[in-house]
Amino acid sequence: MRTLLFLLRKEFLQIFRDKLILRMIFALPVIQLIILPNAATYEVKNIMLSVVDNDHSEYSRKLINNFTASGYFQLNDYSKTYNQALDQIEKDYADLIIEIPKGFEEELIKENETKILLSANAISGQTAGLAAAYATTIIKDFNNDVRSEWISPTRMNTIPQIELTSSNWFNPQMNYKKFIVPGVLALLVTLVGFLMSALNIVKEKELGTIEQLNVSPIKKYQFILSKLIPFWFLGLIVMTIGFLISFVVYGIYSEGNFWVGYLFAGVYLIALLGFGLLTSIYADTQQQAMFIAYFFMLVFILLGGLFSPIENMPDWARYLTYINPVSYFIETMRMLVLKGSSFWDLRFNFLVVIGFALLFNSLAIWNYKKTA
Amino acid sequence: MKQLFTFLTKEFHHILRDTRSLLVLLGLPIVQLLIFGFAITPEVRNTTIAILDNAKDETTQKIILKLENSQYFDIDRTLINNRQIEKAFKTGRIKVAIVFQQNFQNDLLHNNKAQVQIIADATDPNQATTLINYASAVIMDFQSELNQQNKLPYTINTETRMLYNPQLKGAYSSVPGVMGMILLLISAMMTSISIVKEKELGTMEILLVSPMKPWLVVMSKVIPYFMISLVNVASILVLSVFVLGLPIQGSLLLLIASTVLYIFCALSLGIVISTVTNTQQAAMLISLLGLMLPVVMLSGYAFPIANMPFILQILSNAVPAKWYIIIVKGVMIKGIGIEQIWKELLILLVMTIFFLLISVKRFKIRL
Repeated sequence: MRTLLFLLRKEFLQIFRDKLILRMIFALPVIQLIILPNAATYEVKNIMLSVVDNDHSEYSRKLINNFTASGYFQLNDYSKTYNQALDQIEKDYADLIIEIPKGFEEELIKENETKILLSANAISGQTAGLAAAYATTIIKDFNNDVRSEWISPTRMNTIPQIELTSSNWFNPQMNYKKFIVPGVLALLVTLVGFLMSALNIVKEKELGTIEQLNVSPIKKYQFILSKLIPFWFLGLIVMTIGFLISFVVYGIYSEGNFWVGYLFAGVYLIALLGFGLLTSIYADTQQQAMFIAYFFMLVFILLGGLFSPIENMPDWARYLTYINPVSYFIETMRMLVLKGSSFWDLRFNFLVVIGFALLFNSLAIWNYKKTA
Repeated sequence: MKQLFTFLTKEFHHILRDTRSLLVLLGLPIVQLLIFGFAITPEVRNTTIAILDNAKDETTQKIILKLENSQYFDIDRTLINNRQIEKAFKTGRIKVAIVFQQNFQNDLLHNNKAQVQIIADATDPNQATTLINYASAVIMDFQSELNQQNKLPYTINTETRMLYNPQLKGAYSSVPGVMGMILLLISAMMTSISIVKEKELGTMEILLVSPMKPWLVVMSKVIPYFMISLVNVASILVLSVFVLGLPIQGSLLLLIASTVLYIFCALSLGIVISTVTNTQQAAMLISLLGLMLPVVMLSGYAFPIANMPFILQILSNAVPAKWYIIIVKGVMIKGIGIEQIWKELLILLVMTIFFLLISVKRFKIRL
């Protein structure tokens, strides 16, 4: 016990000595958490519209009016021809073209059917899909208005119609920040913990100080514990600051029990730091440790469901997320903060992360060789 | 010149000796591109939705079957009452619940009106909207099949064309994003670390007292990583075209020239980082913790810049990846020429010169 205390003192001294790193560990997450979630919005409100109106009728004007009044679309220009509108898309001024055919109004009333052409810039499939969906809805609504103008309500009623209502639970205002802030916080805690622990032991190796530790009467588990505990505290402090920022800046507080979150983060950090230390033991130089850390962090984060839902992934990628600790942390933070899930709801995630913690740390202790 | 060559040989020896790092440097872009190309897609598939069927009649069975056959959804039929919906959401088992009211078929066929409620887990608002749209589309499809005989009068049909990317492949937006991100992160990280390493191990002194000019020392650090980045660009482009099926509509030469400029920009950013840090750990924290999220979130790759608050739109101009992504999208996918992207190229050039000026100013030839 006394040995461990001395070792811990050494580690803390080393951490507090390097002011630049200490500042970065706290400042970078804080700044990013304050700024970046504001960038994360899929809410489509400024779709730029290029209109090719070949009809110039009352209806075509009304329809265009409905578009600009909806709040989702902004009129970029009236193009004379389709090709001219295409040019606007190529220059990135417009996102969506609406082409209204000649004789639109006449066909609609006399022949009961007409057609509008929508062309979206689909380089980003997601934005294009949403833009097209909004546009179709507006056209449908306009269509219904036209019908009710010409058909008596009784005739409408003879056709069976399914009424769809939808509701959004847990986040009825559809606030994207509520979704992204817990995720970004989880990510920042992960980055800090992992990067610090992955470089630690290997730094002693590179500078040669590990020899002195090796010849000292220290047990292997004491050595690993002395490396793990300081970063564990650092991680929890970063998380606490993050919780405060979420509350003060974004007004987000946890729906679920706050302490369950800490308990989970505590266990998760042990697992994560164990993995970091394992990387550190395995690597020969700091540079190597960094590249390995970089590799795992990127893959963990990309497949962690931070921006893109895990449900949409193909099976092989979904199986990979089962062995990805980061995805459990992100998911748990979100479930806790947004849905107020209880400890019992989260029991599976807890079990998995405890398993990771045991596995990585035993591997770290086992792989650490006191002989160089 | 001969001196530089000697130094370059030394650097190459350092890099080639460390096979593990080299493997990561060359393998990571490939892994990342494959993940983006195949694992991360905007399409909905196999999402578990729960059905609470209070009617249990022929029509609801047909609708449920249609939902099940749509490939978008896996159906969970275990719900019995309203209270269980919330529990199912809280354990994260389901993303959407669809509730049919009692006497659904009767209401639909005799009163011509029946209600379906779609409840989505809006933890992720974007996903919730998408799922509701998909589920509604399937149900509306069922309705129009039902109404095939009596077609509604005065119908406006819409035909939607998806330009450049008709199959809505995720790769079209992710490949430019991955290129922007990986070239910047790897180049900045590699150069800063390899320069700082000499400082940390004390060998920088030896280099500085050698008859070699300081800027040649830095050059010899940068050139090998420049070449590794070129290998990465080649493997990314080959994979994008032959595995992910992306076009290169514009001039390949222009694409490569702009990429070389972008790599220069990233390398000079790495040199700047190396002048402000003294330990490899600090250099790494800046280039990973400091650069990763801003590059992903502000470059316009994960989130459209037009939707961001005004201040962030201005801030995004400082991210080199933003300009590079615009160039790659333009040249690769839209096939536009230099006359439409010269502005972006100029900005990258100015940024590179700016970074170089800072490093010249801050580079200490004495320790």
